[in-house]
Amino acid sequence: MTEPRAVAFEFTGVSVLRAGRRVLDEITARIPAAGITVVSGPSGAGKTTLLRLCNRLEVPDGGKVCYRGQPLDELDPLVLRRRVGMVFQRPTPFPGTVADNLAVARPDADAGELSTALDRVALDPDLLSQEARTLSGGELQRMCLARTLVTQPETLLLDEPTSALDAQPKQVFEATACHLVAQGITIIWVTHDDAQAARVADRIYQLRDGHLTGIPAEEVQP
Amino acid sequence: MNGPVGWVGLAVSLLLVAVAAGISWWQRLGLQRQILIAAARALVQLLLVGVALTLIISLGRSIWWSWLWVAAMLGYASVVARRRAPEVPHLLPLALASFAAAAVVTLGVLFGLHVFPLTGRTLVPIAGMMVGNSMTATVLAGRRLTDELRDKRDEVEARLALGQASRQAAMPYVRAALRAALTPQIETTKATGLVFLPGAMTGLILAGTAPLQAVLVQAVVMFLVLAATATTTVVIALGLIRRLFTPDHRLVYLATAADH
Repeated sequence: MTEPRAVAFEFTGVSVLRAGRRVLDEITARIPAAGITVVSGPSGAGKTTLLRLCNRLEVPDGGKVCYRGQPLDELDPLVLRRRVGMVFQRPTPFPGTVADNLAVARPDADAGELSTALDRVALDPDLLSQEARTLSGGELQRMCLARTLVTQPETLLLDEPTSALDAQPKQVFEATACHLVAQGITIIWVTHDDAQAARVADRIYQLRDGHLTGIPAEEVQP
Repeated sequence: MNGPVGWVGLAVSLLLVAVAAGISWWQRLGLQRQILIAAARALVQLLLVGVALTLIISLGRSIWWSWLWVAAMLGYASVVARRRAPEVPHLLPLALASFAAAAVVTLGVLFGLHVFPLTGRTLVPIAGMMVGNSMTATVLAGRRLTDELRDKRDEVEARLALGQASRQAAMPYVRAALRAALTPQIETTKATGLVFLPGAMTGLILAGTAPLQAVLVQAVVMFLVLAATATTTVVIALGLIRRLFTPDHRLVYLATAADH
């Protein structure tokens, strides 16, 4: 018998309706609190919605989502969002320098902490004083990842973070993510890129038209 | 009729409306009908208001009639604001609250500190100036904030996802909206007397008041408008962010102007 694995997110009969359409339809799944879980599927399948439920940028119309055993609606959303960070599909730099950007996540962080955050995502700490909007696409997306890391999250939600990147910066981002997992961070990664899913995933959930069609073997076992 | 303009003078001034209509006819703008209707409508509305004001602010009449008039003005202004910016959610109650707040602040200072004596003759025009001149800024602030939060949704949600409370996440956009709404009024205030002579002062001078006295009244009116604009816009903006975010710090779906 294997030891029961800690569960990060548990979805029970979760549905989301938008303009009369079921974006997610009675999703039931448990996402382990370890490694990289990839949620894969074509665009419009409901992947982003599933991810946005995890940090309560959206709430379900039916069913229940729990994080580490606690129903999300019983957790303070502001605390939850610092424990469960998110990187969006398009980089979202705020006005100002890289340091200004990181300080939005934690205004009291000192220069050393900001440099460490950049270091964790393979960015040169000298970039702190640079205007954020002058960074390249790949650097910008890693800056957004660093900004999220400043809040010291346990779990990261990545919403197609490399979809706008070329092969080389994409590779750097993937390596950075794997490095974070080695440091104990749980990652839930949404992508429609099957090759990427195969490269980074410890397990893959398939989502299609709001239904889970593929559930990893480890979850099917009792 | 007392004062420099009599009924004959008014009739003669209709020549000016004829000039505007004539230009439309000459340049084939097709606006003659609209010009005539607009002029006739304005005249009728002004005459009705004049009669109503005469009844309300005549000597011996209770000041409560004037307050009632002010309340009706605030209500009507809120309806107009709502009509001008249908894409801004909950604008009617917010505009009402913002005009009411501005009324408390400005009328409180002007009458509470005895800048003007509190009579129907002072209350009604001052409240009218306050509402009329802060209307554009109020609509602009509401519209700009809604646009910012809709167009920069990604950025706003990135701030929320970092654990910022909705009010904190909205603050950069609130500031942008308030600056955009207040700047025109500040520019107008700066240019007063140099570029144009404002309406209240012009009216007083035409009605025979000494220019210096008219200037003092106008200066007070300018400051009144400045305070009213700042108050209405800040109330609209802070009220809006309470409505555009849920209590659990999510940004609601925002429709565009084209959806209305």
